[in-house]
Amino acid sequence: MTLRFDIPEENFADILVKAFTNRSFLAGFVITALVAAVAIVSFFWTPFDVTKLIIADKTQAPSPAHWFGTDHFGRDILSMIMVGARNSIAVALVAVGIGMGIGVPLGAFAAARGGIADEAVMRLNDLVFAFPALLSAIMITAIFGPGALNAIIAIGIFNIPVFARVARAGALAIWPRDFILAARAAGKGKTLITLEHVLPNIVTLLLVQGTIQFALGILAEAGLSYVGLGTQPPMPSWGRMLFDAQTRMVAAPWMAIFPGMAIVVTVLGLNLLGDGIADILDPRSRRQR
Amino acid sequence: MTTYLLNRLAIAVITLVLASMVVFAVLEIIPGDPARLMLGMNANADQVELLRNQMGLNAPLALRYLHWAGGLLSLDFGRSYTYSVPVIDLVRERVVVSLPLALIALALSTIIAIPVGLFSAGRHGRAGDTIATGAAQLGVAVPNFWFALMLIYLFAVWLRLVPAGGFPGWSAGVWPALKSLVLPAIALALPQAAILARVTRSALIEVLNEDYIRTARAKGLPYRAVLWRHALRNAMIPVLTILGLQFAFLLAGTIIIENVFYLPGLGRLVFQAITQRDLIVVESVVMLLVAAVIAVNLLVDLSYAVVDPRLRSRQ
Amino acid sequence: MKLWKTILTAAGLVVATGTSAFAVRTDLVIGITLEPPHLDPTAGAAAAIDEVLYANVFEGLTRIGPNGEVLPDLAESWTVSDDGKVYTFKLHTGVKFHDGTDFNADDVKFSLDRARADNSVNAQKGLFAAIDTVEVADPGTVKITLKNPQSSFLYNMGWGDAVIVAPETADTNKEKPVGTGPFRFQSWAKGSSITLIKSDTYWGAPVSLDKAEFRIVPDAAAAIPALLSGDVQAFPFFPDPDSVAQVKDDPRFKVVIGATEGETILSINNKKPPFDRLQVRQAISFALDRKAIIDGASAGLGVPIGSHMSPANKAYVDLTGLYPHNVERARELLKEAGLENGFKATLKLPPPPYARLGGEIIASQLRDVGIDLQIVPVEWAQWLDQVFTKKDYDLTIVSHTEPNDIDIYSRKDYYFNYDNPTFDKIIADLNLTSDEAKRMTLLGEAQKILADDAVVGFLYELPKAGVWDAKLEGFWENAPIQANDLTKVKWTE
Repeated sequence: MTLRFDIPEENFADILVKAFTNRSFLAGFVITALVAAVAIVSFFWTPFDVTKLIIADKTQAPSPAHWFGTDHFGRDILSMIMVGARNSIAVALVAVGIGMGIGVPLGAFAAARGGIADEAVMRLNDLVFAFPALLSAIMITAIFGPGALNAIIAIGIFNIPVFARVARAGALAIWPRDFILAARAAGKGKTLITLEHVLPNIVTLLLVQGTIQFALGILAEAGLSYVGLGTQPPMPSWGRMLFDAQTRMVAAPWMAIFPGMAIVVTVLGLNLLGDGIADILDPRSRRQR
Repeated sequence: MTTYLLNRLAIAVITLVLASMVVFAVLEIIPGDPARLMLGMNANADQVELLRNQMGLNAPLALRYLHWAGGLLSLDFGRSYTYSVPVIDLVRERVVVSLPLALIALALSTIIAIPVGLFSAGRHGRAGDTIATGAAQLGVAVPNFWFALMLIYLFAVWLRLVPAGGFPGWSAGVWPALKSLVLPAIALALPQAAILARVTRSALIEVLNEDYIRTARAKGLPYRAVLWRHALRNAMIPVLTILGLQFAFLLAGTIIIENVFYLPGLGRLVFQAITQRDLIVVESVVMLLVAAVIAVNLLVDLSYAVVDPRLRSRQ
Repeated sequence: MKLWKTILTAAGLVVATGTSAFAVRTDLVIGITLEPPHLDPTAGAAAAIDEVLYANVFEGLTRIGPNGEVLPDLAESWTVSDDGKVYTFKLHTGVKFHDGTDFNADDVKFSLDRARADNSVNAQKGLFAAIDTVEVADPGTVKITLKNPQSSFLYNMGWGDAVIVAPETADTNKEKPVGTGPFRFQSWAKGSSITLIKSDTYWGAPVSLDKAEFRIVPDAAAAIPALLSGDVQAFPFFPDPDSVAQVKDDPRFKVVIGATEGETILSINNKKPPFDRLQVRQAISFALDRKAIIDGASAGLGVPIGSHMSPANKAYVDLTGLYPHNVERARELLKEAGLENGFKATLKLPPPPYARLGGEIIASQLRDVGIDLQIVPVEWAQWLDQVFTKKDYDLTIVSHTEPNDIDIYSRKDYYFNYDNPTFDKIIADLNLTSDEAKRMTLLGEAQKILADDAVVGFLYELPKAGVWDAKLEGFWENAPIQANDLTKVKWTE
């Protein structure tokens, strides 16, 4: 697979115009902004208190009072989805941060040094990559106990090799280019070249991969919470809500439908956003997954 | 090329050895005593100690690692603590569920994805493409366990077409067995198909922009012929790469789906074994899955090298 | 689209009517939540072993009946010496093990000696602790001498851990159980199901079912669709009472709520500050709203308890009024203890729904009085290790399902870390008392002490929710022990 990159030459205004004419970006941006807004609003206001259990109100169908119905403890599902958005975003964001923070330097370093350093980094990556992600997450939570923090670590660890690979592949494609050769001829060191020339040229790639991993992180958190290993009560989490819903599918289908839709919409928004960014900044780059 | 092959092989072996150490170390620090779990709340400390000795849990760490790793090499995976049968027997019983499930899911996702990708790329930018890519976007966003729940209630509970879960075994006949794999396979396949369709589409579009395709079109070849004969063949490499990765994912990542449908597959075996602290089973099955992933990665690496000689020369 | 739905529904109808067209069925698929680790009831604590094999494949000298009564089993009758120390069991004749070998007194001696041997891994060795000798008088008679009289001896011999096995097959029972019961083991597809079939050589009343498959369905989430789709026809121990609501109004199913011997309690680490102070424990008891807990975690089906005794027990004393739900009182007590600003603690929850659901509710209730609980879900392995063995916990929720187990509070080093010489004395006296009225008094005092000391938060008696096809009958309603006795189960049409 040949990867090609162009240094963005357009100015900011051009990019803005392109952004607002790109359907994928627009849709993704609106959805993502909406989800983020809901999460922020939940800090100040939710229709009901999600920490208050009112058993007498359990599993009520959607009504004007409870738009999305109530769960098995009488909590308002809309309010829980709002607070859950916070949780999903936080977990996925930190997990992406871990992956980028460790993976990108590793990948860039491997590409710059080559030889044994490259080997060592890539072997370490292979090692992490060799473990099916969910399986390792389960083992990690078996050691440290389930919880949001351990879910973040488990998801984050698996983002490391992803970003390392993308950064390395991107950097490898940049290194043979003329302007790098020129910089080397000018006597610049590898670290400096990486910082000044290589990284800026793979930012697009990383941004796109970042949104993909962000979306995958939300799915992963939901999956872990669904098997009971992620976020723990009383903190609401979309995956956890589905876990509670699955035994009540016949009597209270709304408990399953709305949190599931929240996940779909959020992931969809992020993926559209990622596609949009890729299109706008670098029409010829392709998504890595 | 031969040195390159040997090099890659050596790397795979090293990864495997490192992985075995990681797995062993991780399981050493998992809290919970398998002997205590087997004896329950009424047993006293002496009984637990007795059982620990019988299970060989009190031998030195390095000795146990070597014993286990040596066993793996000779395909002797040891005996399950809880089931007290050879682990290899458990694996054999479970592989006949997980492997067909993964294969069916893979086949399904390919059957759906390739035509959708072709269709989409063929109508690049037009309404059909927009709808298809939109559907694919949606497919990627759907959590497979949630999708599985919906499928169960629609097809098993409401329409009663297929079992809601469980596996009758191949001995019950091919059809009943296949029937119980249908829903899990669909639940697994659809999100994968969505990813694959997107990759196929973008690979095709990329190839369609290549000079030789333009030349072929300029020569007057009909668009469909170009798409099928030239473009698809050349776009196959990234698609196969993704397929390879997906297979590894499907084989190992079925844990949640196998739990939702309570299928006795490898994923559920390992999940159960962890909760029951059947460490020897966890170790062996995890190593098997890891070996499978490494093998597939090896193949993917090789295909990369075939495509891009520059990467190869750097080694 | 509409056409498709019609076709799908039509096809569904064909399948559905196809399966229900049979006359009286003799096969049954029973759902169980946990897979037994192996199939030898004399070598493991897992309740799942008894759920499959008790009374079906294996039999003991005596057996426990549907309401907890002791019934004769392989022993057709017995006599007890005047000093209460010598039991002479007369055995049934013509009994064969499933491998064709004859059952006689030698097998009884072998089984009991094996269970109480030094190297035995029987999980309930305590059951045999009182036995001094087991002698074979003749092939049909066994004489057991006890070290001291034990009122529960006949009951103890009815446990799954005390079943009679044959010397030839004792070591292979884990994989291929061989007993004397009405069903014999046919196959075990690991992770999936265990199948029993009718034994042709059974000595007792013949059973109605020809084949019984125990299907392993890991949780309530899978159990509901399995029932609704007809894959599984009975769940005698439905994993999550709260989700029984799904099938309660469905005429295809019978939902039977029975009693268990499971006192569900909020266990407190009595030695760990601040729980070492009586006021704190009493504050917790006042903070608990049992009704909300039972409604939220058990669909309103459990019976509240005020001490460690089943309300069905003759010795039961109603102490539920001692600590009514009273947030004010709880706060006052915390203030007396110098904790008016509340405190933080952990609540470790094992996997069953009663614990996980109840835990969320209790955490919310204790938050109302200023106790901030962090919920820590643990697997059974971790629970046994951290909570039960190492006593590394603050609070936990668990159901103590063994019958007549109030003596656990006097056990040294038990995980409650409770130490009260007065209570210990009562239990010691109890073991030496055989007069029924005196025993009742002592048991009443014991319950009172536990409640006064607020040793743990007493919640409710765990209900047994059984769900099965409306055309089935003969299942146990209650669960004096964890077993699925299929000897009386049959299809009615």
